[in-house]
Amino acid sequence: MADAPAIEIRSLYKIFGPHAHQHVAAVKDGMSKTELNHQTGHVLGLKDINIAMPGGSIQVIMGLSGSGKSTLIRHINRLIDPTAGEVLVGGVDVVKMGSDELREFRRHQTAMVFQKFALLPHRTVLDNTVYGLEIQGLPRATQVAAAMRWIERVGLKGFEGKYPNQLSGGMQQRVGLARALTNDAPILLMDEAFSALDPLIRMDMQSVLLDLQKEIRKTIVFITHDLDEALRLGDRIAILRDGEVIQQGTGQQIVLNPADDYIAKFVREVNRGRVVEVVSVMTPGGEAPKGAITLAPLDTLEQAARRLSESTVKTARVAGADGATLGTVKLEAIVAAMVKPVD
Amino acid sequence: MEWLSKFPNLSDDTLRVVKQTIDESFRAFTRAYGEGIEAFFNPLKQFLIASEQVMISTPWPLVLLAVGLIAWFASRNWKIVAGTIATLLIIGLFDMWDDTMRTISMIFVCTLLSILIGVPIGIAMSRSNRLQSIINPVLDVMQTMPSFVYLIPVVMLLGIGKVPGLIAVVIYALPPMIRLTNLGIRLVDHEVIEAADAFGSSPWQRLKNVQIPLALPTIMAGINQTIMMALSMVVIASMIGVAGLGQPVLRAINNQYFALGVFNGLAIVGIAIIFDRVSQAFGRRLQKHREVVHG
Repeated sequence: MADAPAIEIRSLYKIFGPHAHQHVAAVKDGMSKTELNHQTGHVLGLKDINIAMPGGSIQVIMGLSGSGKSTLIRHINRLIDPTAGEVLVGGVDVVKMGSDELREFRRHQTAMVFQKFALLPHRTVLDNTVYGLEIQGLPRATQVAAAMRWIERVGLKGFEGKYPNQLSGGMQQRVGLARALTNDAPILLMDEAFSALDPLIRMDMQSVLLDLQKEIRKTIVFITHDLDEALRLGDRIAILRDGEVIQQGTGQQIVLNPADDYIAKFVREVNRGRVVEVVSVMTPGGEAPKGAITLAPLDTLEQAARRLSESTVKTARVAGADGATLGTVKLEAIVAAMVKPVD
Repeated sequence: MEWLSKFPNLSDDTLRVVKQTIDESFRAFTRAYGEGIEAFFNPLKQFLIASEQVMISTPWPLVLLAVGLIAWFASRNWKIVAGTIATLLIIGLFDMWDDTMRTISMIFVCTLLSILIGVPIGIAMSRSNRLQSIINPVLDVMQTMPSFVYLIPVVMLLGIGKVPGLIAVVIYALPPMIRLTNLGIRLVDHEVIEAADAFGSSPWQRLKNVQIPLALPTIMAGINQTIMMALSMVVIASMIGVAGLGQPVLRAINNQYFALGVFNGLAIVGIAIIFDRVSQAFGRRLQKHREVVHG
């Protein structure tokens, strides 16, 4: 599925309150969240959101609670209606869809995984997993075949007859994931899907997702409040605060050039060795000494440091896929870039 | 200072005119539409008669067997089945079998009718706050208005008999069905509803697959309450001609037959307990999936 659609969000505003539409203009003219709340009692949920999410990649939206991230993801399948703006999925504006069209869109284009799993407690694992196909009206045999494939793939084989209550949190979320994948929609929306899980299981689920993504190549929108999770999963990351995007880019761009103090504070605690790539600390051009090992530009600093410390020559050559030398990098430079900056 | 010691009420003449006008216009309404309304309720009457006929004409061992089987399939509990059979045997021994069958038939029809009317209204109410604020006061009136008061217009319209009795019972027993259906649907976890929407459920699919199944324990509690309230109306309904255990009780009150009153009263209690235990056990069995929790 190489052609998962891109998602583009254009100047999206969401104001909560009974007369939201009347206040869009004021907000566009620069009224702040506090002013709006004081003067009109309306709450500004999202302000001028512009994000382009390429098809087939993982877009992470990160923010703390109250930043509007869960509101934002619900605009993509329009569980929440925007006050103003466009949400283009594969070039079609979701905001303009009628209710039948929207239902078809939700059935075939998107699937969603929820923070608290949101499984149907009165249905078994199998009957939960087939839900999306069931309401599409496919024959039961087709539903079950697709569901069993994904139940097995997320490691729940043998549990298909159990009820959600009989499973641990991690296993319940595997059911949530299997249910979403069985739908075979090109877009996967994950709303803090792993936040309710304990750390080891969360890591485990992240690996499951990354492994799966290698074969399914869906457009995944992943919401999280955890920067480490964002950096591990995200091809691109957008950081949200008080309903506004304050920075977006690749994980490395954000770690190396935080846009403001707020982001810098987050980034300080991050394990840079796993995020920053060799290419951003190497010295371009130059000759590597004899016996130097060769690193790829997109190797992380951690990988580079491990290999360099095992090698006798402490300077490495950085070469692209075609073998051409791009530059050199010293072990000291790598170690220096891995430790967090002093303030 | 007379206006302080005596409440300044409307004059007796005014009040008499008001009451007379209301009574007259209702009588006129009765004369004009009474027959039409009676015809409207005729199918219900036939159904009531048929249901009673079935209960009475079926040989008692068959009824016992059928009730025992229903109790077993609903509860899967031997104690409840044994209790049910024993209660019915004692009732039969004390020569109250036919009246009990009539009452059970009446309660069955009332409950069925309450479910058919109550569940759709409850669902509609759960979808609209405005509708809820309109229906709630109506339900309050239905539950608190002394039943004798609404017996008056019902009897004026339909006379004495099974159907007016049925209507009186249903008016009294319907509110918990509506309230608990509404409550049950409103209490369904918001996230699960959102999940159903996110996968593209139509409103009907959402209702059928998510809202009703998850509200079922509360709806079952509503059915249970409705049965109990219908049973508590048996004696009052007998005043307007509903046959069954209520009539001997009424006779006992009029003639001060203490033992007759107690026997029939206890028979009502007996079938109330049977209905309650069986329907509750059935409700619990529907919730099996909630009991086994990951440890």
